[in-house]
Amino acid sequence: MNDVAISVKGLRKSFKDVEVLKGVDFEVKQGEIFALLGANGAGKTTIIKILSTLLRADGGIAGVCGFDVSRQSAKVRESISLTGQFAAVDGVLTGRENLRLIARLRGIAAPKLTADRLLERFGLTEAADRRADTYSGGMTRRLDIAMSLVGTPPVIFLDEPTTGLDPKARLEVWETVKTLADSGQAILLTTQYLEEAEQLADRIAILHGGKIIAIGTLDELKRLFPPAREEYIIKQPTLEDIFLAITGEKEAEQCVR
Amino acid sequence: MRKVKAVRDTGILFGRLMRHILRSPDTVITTVLMPLAFMLLFVYVFGGAIDTGTGNYVNYTLPGVLLIAIASGVSYTAFRLFTDVRGGMFSRFYAMPVTRSSVLWAHVLTSLAANAVTIAVLILIALLMGFRSDAGVFSWLAAAGILLLFTLALTWLAVIPGLTAKSVDGASAFSYPLVFLPFISSAFVPTATMPAAVRVFAENQPVTSIVNALRALLDSAPVGNEIGIALAWCAGIAAAAYAFAQRAYRRVG
Repeated sequence: MNDVAISVKGLRKSFKDVEVLKGVDFEVKQGEIFALLGANGAGKTTIIKILSTLLRADGGIAGVCGFDVSRQSAKVRESISLTGQFAAVDGVLTGRENLRLIARLRGIAAPKLTADRLLERFGLTEAADRRADTYSGGMTRRLDIAMSLVGTPPVIFLDEPTTGLDPKARLEVWETVKTLADSGQAILLTTQYLEEAEQLADRIAILHGGKIIAIGTLDELKRLFPPAREEYIIKQPTLEDIFLAITGEKEAEQCVR
Repeated sequence: MRKVKAVRDTGILFGRLMRHILRSPDTVITTVLMPLAFMLLFVYVFGGAIDTGTGNYVNYTLPGVLLIAIASGVSYTAFRLFTDVRGGMFSRFYAMPVTRSSVLWAHVLTSLAANAVTIAVLILIALLMGFRSDAGVFSWLAAAGILLLFTLALTWLAVIPGLTAKSVDGASAFSYPLVFLPFISSAFVPTATMPAAVRVFAENQPVTSIVNALRALLDSAPVGNEIGIALAWCAGIAAAAYAFAQRAYRRVG
């Protein structure tokens, strides 16, 4: 195995008459956070579903850790974890039970210890024995991501991890994802927010019209655009800035363009 | 090796669903309460006016009451499946190294276990109300077998809306006609007094043969060919529902 965690070549998929993916190519290296940026309906989730063996492609090659997703799906499932667009936690079980369930299904030797460690790492120790349906949006998402890390699979899919979250919860999730980068796992993240891709990803690919139209680091992508002009503008705080200032959750952040 | 894994996965997921049941006592109570209400109503309100030709009316109604309990009990299976599919738990399990069939079988086994408990509770209450049986061990085992097969058949039937429904209500609505079916059967009144058209339906629908077979077994009466018809109905419904359920299951992703 080389250092390529995910490799996608000429990936095609149609739903009825609509061609969603028209030949998508990209590679994600091990230990990299890779963001797939695209509008709603661009096909981001379709790519994630194909890579996580939930959906079959019509054409092209998709490989995870050197295994073909359609022919070696069992091997692929051992190498990945999926955090879907909507948090998939069992609301009736407690946070701890959710983690232990996944640990036992993955055949981990010490499910209890694994659960305790993840609870601590994700700041859920205090809430560990409460039912997950009493958690806030941000906590639910954190538990959701923690469940995906059980057994440290080498490849992690995060499908729109912050869609539908309030600004505070979004920051919580961003902090969480940033800490994942150090673990050496490859992370494929989809998002419709440019800012999220900027904040989290080592490399970004823009999916549009069924193809990747641009790919590279943030700096490389910036070079594709005309050179920056210096302008002085007075930036009004957005409602989000006001919300965060009042709730005191975020240090001031300046953008100079 | 793969079979061992499948059994292990099913066991873990079964434990998860049993926890769901234990933590929502309302579902446990509801599944017992509704059939119990019917039993009380028929025994203490209508029963005196119904001439069944047998002495003990509690004995007469019990099989029908148990079938009603199962028909309403499986709607919770549909509900739990629906929640798992919509809530993303199924996708989470599918993208993991978990045996795919285990995810569904855990729901089916949970349904069998939960309904067995409901039936046991109802039989105990019936005993308090005057239900008596001198049936031997084999008759009881045969009755338990029929009830189990009937539960299995209705559970597979419940799997179909559970996997395909668009709303919670849609997922459990299928059980209403099933709950109603025992009323147009020999479950509470003899079919002989019914008008011809109703009678033809009542005598040829599955509930009547199942009720008659159960009644005969528990009363140590000769079961005749009713038991064969009852088993054929159960097996037929189970096989057809299983085929459609598996088809629906392949489409869920």
